Amino acid sequence: MSDLSDRIQQTIEAEPVVAFIKGTHEQCMCGNSERALHALRSVGASFTAVDVLPDPVIRQELSAISSWPTIPQVFVGGELIGGADIVQELAATGELEAKLNEKLGDSWRNGGEERTVSVADRENPLRLVP
Amino acid sequence: MSERLQTLLQDAFPHAQDVEVVDRTGGGDHFHVTVVDSRFAGLPLLDQHRLVYDALAEPLADGTIHELRITTRGDA
Repeated sequence: MSDLSDRIQQTIEAEPVVAFIKGTHEQCMCGNSERALHALRSVGASFTAVDVLPDPVIRQELSAISSWPTIPQVFVGGELIGGADIVQELAATGELEAKLNEKLGDSWRNGGEERTVSVADRENPLRLVP
Repeated sequence: MSERLQTLLQDAFPHAQDVEVVDRTGGGDHFHVTVVDSRFAGLPLLDQHRLVYDALAEPLADGTIHELRITTRGDA
């Protein structure tokens, strides 16, 4: 396993809700990534975003870990929930909130905070992206 | 390109009630595929979509598909 793969795995395990997207939470570069973030926002979930665009290897390593071929990918409590279509559908049916409750208790409702972290930085794996 | 995806999906889901491929932009790389197959019934969405990804592994890997939307249903 590469360092990068380790950092991706650590991020998946450490962050209650993490979305691997193209862009950042403030400047999303892809319609599908935007749909996934919109679904998370619609239920008021706090989340951490990881931008896969800085290095194509991030995407390759992520897909090797998750066996999911496309971006975005949303993880809750270390478990892959799905891509944009699934997260959107789960949000619409109320199942997303149920999954968040099941995995995280009440902690995900802490104010809808959003941030983007980098996994590409070797020295400081969870550096906040300005 | 839509025909190729249609063929791959029909091969993977020979008993599907419906297989639809829409080229969303007309550019041959942004697709919305819909598969209605009773084998999806009771399967988590994640697993339903995985089956579709498996069927389209080749065009996903070679970059033919730039963006993919998936709709799956277990009932017609």
